[in-house]
Amino acid sequence: MKFSMIPQVISQMVKKPFTNAFPSKYIPPSVTDFLKDVENGKATMIPPIKTPENFRGKIKYDTEKCIGCKLCIKVCPSGTIEFKPEDKKVRFYMSRCTFCSQCNDVCPVNCISMSDEFLMANTDKYAEELIVE
Amino acid sequence: MSAETMEKTSYKVPIGPIHPALKEPVMFEFELDGERIQNADVYLGHVHRTIEWTGMRRNPIQILYLAERICGICSYCHPMSFALAVERIAGIEVPDRAEYLRVVHAELERICSHTLWAGVAAHEIGFDSVLFLTWQVREKALDLTEYLTGNRVTKAITMIGGVRRDITKEMVPKIEETVTFLKNHFEKLKKIFLDDKTFQMRSQGCGILSKKEALQLCAVGPTTRASGVKKDVRIDQPYFAFGELDFDYVTPDILTDEINGDVYDRIIVRLLEVKQSIDLIEQCVEQLTGMPEGDIVAEPKIAKLLNQLKKIEGEGIGRMEAPRGEVIHYVKMNKKEHPYSWKVRAPTYSNILPWIPMLKGEQIADIPIVAASTDPCMSCTNRVGIIKNGNKAILSNEELHRLSVEKTRRLMQ
Repeated sequence: MKFSMIPQVISQMVKKPFTNAFPSKYIPPSVTDFLKDVENGKATMIPPIKTPENFRGKIKYDTEKCIGCKLCIKVCPSGTIEFKPEDKKVRFYMSRCTFCSQCNDVCPVNCISMSDEFLMANTDKYAEELIVE
Repeated sequence: MSAETMEKTSYKVPIGPIHPALKEPVMFEFELDGERIQNADVYLGHVHRTIEWTGMRRNPIQILYLAERICGICSYCHPMSFALAVERIAGIEVPDRAEYLRVVHAELERICSHTLWAGVAAHEIGFDSVLFLTWQVREKALDLTEYLTGNRVTKAITMIGGVRRDITKEMVPKIEETVTFLKNHFEKLKKIFLDDKTFQMRSQGCGILSKKEALQLCAVGPTTRASGVKKDVRIDQPYFAFGELDFDYVTPDILTDEINGDVYDRIIVRLLEVKQSIDLIEQCVEQLTGMPEGDIVAEPKIAKLLNQLKKIEGEGIGRMEAPRGEVIHYVKMNKKEHPYSWKVRAPTYSNILPWIPMLKGEQIADIPIVAASTDPCMSCTNRVGIIKNGNKAILSNEELHRLSVEKTRRLMQ
């Protein structure tokens, strides 16, 4: 066939889009208003695609279990983790995290785990939700 | 001025370092005669990121994640070749199961990279509907990557002495499903890329690299194989479990019975390699399901591994066949926490010089597709940039040679 893409393009026209659905059916005039409506139950949002199992998201940290061995600081490739000498615990700056889960692997008492939370975009790198302690 | 004294002159057109048609900073200078390119020159060094310098201040475990960020598309083969180099120095034996797992991830990366390239090539000639179709196929491969490793691009799967995540029996159906999808769509893609007239018109007889030039200029990967040079690290010096798997060099004559070394041949090689990678993944999954579940890493305790790596001395080289060609990592350790030296040679470095014979005699409009046909990755390649007291210095050949000799002497000590 000379132009073998043509049948493909025509069949593609009637197919469902391959990409994930936008949170609402049409782009709302105002996204913040739409989100408020969702909060008040006036509108529904198309749920986001589920993260797979073993996804590496925002770090969860169990302060009680932590023994302050500093191994996580030693293996962290991006300098996310700060040691707090006063109470011998650590603090995670998620804005620096590369989500490699190496601290989770090295922890001898399993006080670090990775959640499936990934929506962390923020203009302030020291925002409260970006610091885990 | 009389007609006799007028000479036909060529003119020079610089493109880059920042140009809408270029995805990464690189500078070309073309000598043109009308539409024809008479000569081409390439200037590099616009995206130096001091990765090696940074790495020499970190421990090997941290470097794995730094090496991953040398290239977004080859985010598996860079840390893996670093790991191979360190394993060679430390004499770490990788468990059998991990060797097969490493092959699965390496081949999955090749599928993602080659389909990405195919999309970009289609985009460069203005065939955007094919771009979307190929990237639809790539999306499935990325979904599988995310399922197996936990992330789509920076996989964080490498560990010195093995891999970090196993493929369990529950994961096999998903792999099989994706492999079937890829296989079905592969045939479709092959038909579009190889039979469509648009592709044939733009790529046949365009950007020719002869076998002799490919050998002289030391081209690597699909670029050299498309010119008929049988060079593939996976077969020449098998690493991982490649020695036990059944596959062969991919050259365009398998399909067309002739080797032209043009862009069309490079498309054929990359497409056939996607097919080969699918086949290799199938072979590995078969082996993995037949194998008892066991260790996937030589030393599971990372603190212990770090201690072991602190005591080693010597130098090692890690070689791998990355999607774009051979990648080499050189590491020297001297009983310190941080490596004494770390040197990366990305495949694009060897594939830049072949641009010059490829581009000579072509038209200006062919530049994007010819340049893209080697799958260049500038940011991985840039290694030298000297800025001292705010002055940028260009080193002469002799100066560089002197520095190189000095470095060799220093390393020999």
